[in-house]
Amino acid sequence: MTLPSHRKLCTFRVGDLYLGVDVLDVQEVLYHQEITEVPGSHETVSGLINLRGQVAAALDLRVRFKLPERTEGSQPVHVVVRSNDEAVSLLVDEIIDVTDVATEDFEEAPDTVPLSTRELIKGAYKLDDHLLFTLDIDRTVQLDPYFTTEDHS
Amino acid sequence: MDEIIGEFVVESMEGIDRLDQSLIVLETDPANHGILDDIFRTLHSIKGACGFLDFAALEKVAHRGENLLSLLREDTLKVTPEITDALLATVDTIRTMLETVGETGEEGTKDVSELLVTLERMAAQGDRQTEAPEPTAGSTPSEADLEEPVASDGDRLGDILTDDGDTERVDVEIAAKEQELGDDRPIGEILVDEKKTTPSKVDEALTKQAESRGNNQVDSTIRVDVKLLDKLMNLVGELVLTRNQIVELAENHPEEHFTPTAHSLNLITSELQEGVMKTRMQPIGNLWAKLPRVVRDLSRQMGKKVEIEMDGADTELDKTIIEAIKDPLTHIVRNTVDHGIESPEDRPAAGKPEAGILRLKASHEGGLVTIEISDDGAGIDADKLKAKAVRSGQITEEVANQMGDNEALYLIFVPGFSTADKVSAVSGRGVGMDVVKTNIERIGGTVEVRTEIGVGTTFKIKIPLTLAIIPALTVRCAGSRFAIPQVNLLELVRTSAPRSEALEDFHGTPVYRLRGRLLPIVDLRQQIGKPPRENERSVNIVVLQADDVHFGLVVDEILDTQEIVVKPLCAQVSSVPHYSGSTTMGDGRVALILDVMNLAGEAGLNSANKNYDVAAVLAESVQTPRSEDTILLLDLGGEKRAAMPLSTVTRLEKFELTEIESAKEQPVVQYRGSIMPLIDLAATLGLGSHEMQYGEMPLSVAVYSHEGSEVGLVVSAILDIVDNDGLIEPGSACVIRGKVTEVVDPQAYGHIYNSRIEEIQSAEAGASW
Repeated sequence: MTLPSHRKLCTFRVGDLYLGVDVLDVQEVLYHQEITEVPGSHETVSGLINLRGQVAAALDLRVRFKLPERTEGSQPVHVVVRSNDEAVSLLVDEIIDVTDVATEDFEEAPDTVPLSTRELIKGAYKLDDHLLFTLDIDRTVQLDPYFTTEDHS
Repeated sequence: MDEIIGEFVVESMEGIDRLDQSLIVLETDPANHGILDDIFRTLHSIKGACGFLDFAALEKVAHRGENLLSLLREDTLKVTPEITDALLATVDTIRTMLETVGETGEEGTKDVSELLVTLERMAAQGDRQTEAPEPTAGSTPSEADLEEPVASDGDRLGDILTDDGDTERVDVEIAAKEQELGDDRPIGEILVDEKKTTPSKVDEALTKQAESRGNNQVDSTIRVDVKLLDKLMNLVGELVLTRNQIVELAENHPEEHFTPTAHSLNLITSELQEGVMKTRMQPIGNLWAKLPRVVRDLSRQMGKKVEIEMDGADTELDKTIIEAIKDPLTHIVRNTVDHGIESPEDRPAAGKPEAGILRLKASHEGGLVTIEISDDGAGIDADKLKAKAVRSGQITEEVANQMGDNEALYLIFVPGFSTADKVSAVSGRGVGMDVVKTNIERIGGTVEVRTEIGVGTTFKIKIPLTLAIIPALTVRCAGSRFAIPQVNLLELVRTSAPRSEALEDFHGTPVYRLRGRLLPIVDLRQQIGKPPRENERSVNIVVLQADDVHFGLVVDEILDTQEIVVKPLCAQVSSVPHYSGSTTMGDGRVALILDVMNLAGEAGLNSANKNYDVAAVLAESVQTPRSEDTILLLDLGGEKRAAMPLSTVTRLEKFELTEIESAKEQPVVQYRGSIMPLIDLAATLGLGSHEMQYGEMPLSVAVYSHEGSEVGLVVSAILDIVDNDGLIEPGSACVIRGKVTEVVDPQAYGHIYNSRIEEIQSAEAGASW
């Protein structure tokens, strides 16, 4: 498959990570959602939210990327993406922009990137002032700690 | 292309499903050419589509089947069970191949050669019988008939009669005129009365008319993806919640003049909800349609004759429920044919016709759907069931004797139970009826069984109309709201005392005394890993039932009951066992639905000793008064108490330390000229040893007689003799004089005593004195 030379990524920040997902994968961006806690669930699951009658899990990307906890009082933003035909909300610190990226700037993550980060990203775009990592949505929302390594080409 | 294949599979599958039924009808009514034509047409159109889509093997199978059918149509060949078998096999093969096509887009590599040979052989019989010319491939003689339209000029009865040349057009017009002038007889009747045609011709025309109208009906329905309906259902659920908010708002602001608008929104939403619910409803007949085939194959295999009768096939149920009861229903039907209905040799002796009757009946009954599966077979012999259960060790003889016939029937639902003397391919393995019961209960249904020996057996299944909306109790615990399905709910209890006083400890498990019975308690806070509640002045207990286990769930607060729309758990939390689903509440927030069976299981209340549970529950339901009227109350030290029927105790004795000797490390005493072992009762009951306190001599001993031998049960003190108020059962625990008391079950501990006695006796022989 030949990639188009330009892609539009919805970009956001989690801790000190700049992440992006294809705009077409984003269903909506929401602020201030009531979250229902699910006792006993995976630590990444902040809880469940009501998306117009559809119940979706909210996953905290800070926990997922093993970053320090969000400071008390700061409101996360819900980036609602679709994976396996199910809506999932990703909790991020802030939404940045919709960024045009050139495919020639893309590079796979180097081995030195910590495994906890590397297994969740597809690679990085080298932007002028920082690196923009593209999130592997399917892997990010799959919380089984023993998931199999898939062919990643 | 994928879309075309998908449509082909769906349409062909529908046709194939119909063929199962049609072939069964054909077997009993071989002269029914309407059915024969229908079967032929279905196969023909599959064959045609296969040729177009290039599924060669599938086309060949359909073609050979079609050839055989065309011989039947020409009456060259008569319908025999063998031919029906071959045609059913054809249908099965096509179905499997279609499934493969549906999954992969390819027809697969299923070996069909054997089937093709069989079909060929059947067709060849026809040729030999009549020496009819072999139908040539691709153009069966009857193909022309297919293209012939049923009625050329609309589907009015008069037109059909005219087209068939049964009447003159002018006569029809006269009859129509008479109708216009006020004659209210149907047109066919007028024509017959006027002697313009015969009743049989009219009947024929009416059949054609029905067929043609049936065809037109296809245009008035469309295929809708179930996912889309689910989504609609979800949205309507949301609309209902929004409606509730608006109605509430309107009530609080009567001056705003939008009350009438809110009222009509209310009505429209309710109607919309009902309408969308209906789209998911399917007649149970869709499910039943598969049963005649099951019954036919099975009864042929078993050499039985079974007729199937259906009543209420148009009773509608939610699609998910239909799916859920499919297997249980099939299982009961198979069991009925296998065990229920007698062989054709035995039936006439009982004054019954050779063919047994299997009757399916469905009806609505107060928000529930009742499905009855009954037969006119031999019935279930309760005594046989009991004997079998005792033999396989599932219940004791004592329990069996106390069991009424009606209770005994429910033994068939005990896991691992089977009455069949021999294991057949169909049943008799003892797997199944327990699964049937579990599956039905899982969807909030119940199953009852009634039987009369020699007359027949009836299974009555009651299930809810829909799973999508269920009544539930909402509770609050540790700041979260939870919904508990009302099917599991028995009652609500609020204690007047705080936890430390209201609940008692029994074997390390908290229990609550509910009307003299001990109710095991599960703390929801503990289950979901939350810290215990502080400063509570009372305890809220939700009494629940899961399978046959009753238990109390402690929650912080009981809110209210309401209808909730059940939504599946999302993938990320589905692995948490405590929840069965989620729902959205009136305020728009999400609440979790508690999985009651799982909570009971997590707390170790069921599953582990299920056989024992069932027997215990059965014994409990019998409620026979015990013969033991008085019981002996024993102190085991450390606040522990035990009770045993006085009738099993022969004497109460005290022994001095000097009297106690040891044989094979077993403390014994010489008692009335023989050796009597001493057993620490607290230790055998698992209540911890109270360490025969040799310092506090003499020892209190209750002498218990078991099969002629005597055993001394060592206790701390013998307290009293009390009257049995009927609540005391061996092997359980109960409350006597305000204390939790273990009731000694002599039966259960008998084997311990036996083994000890044998040991001692062998020691005695060895001592040779």
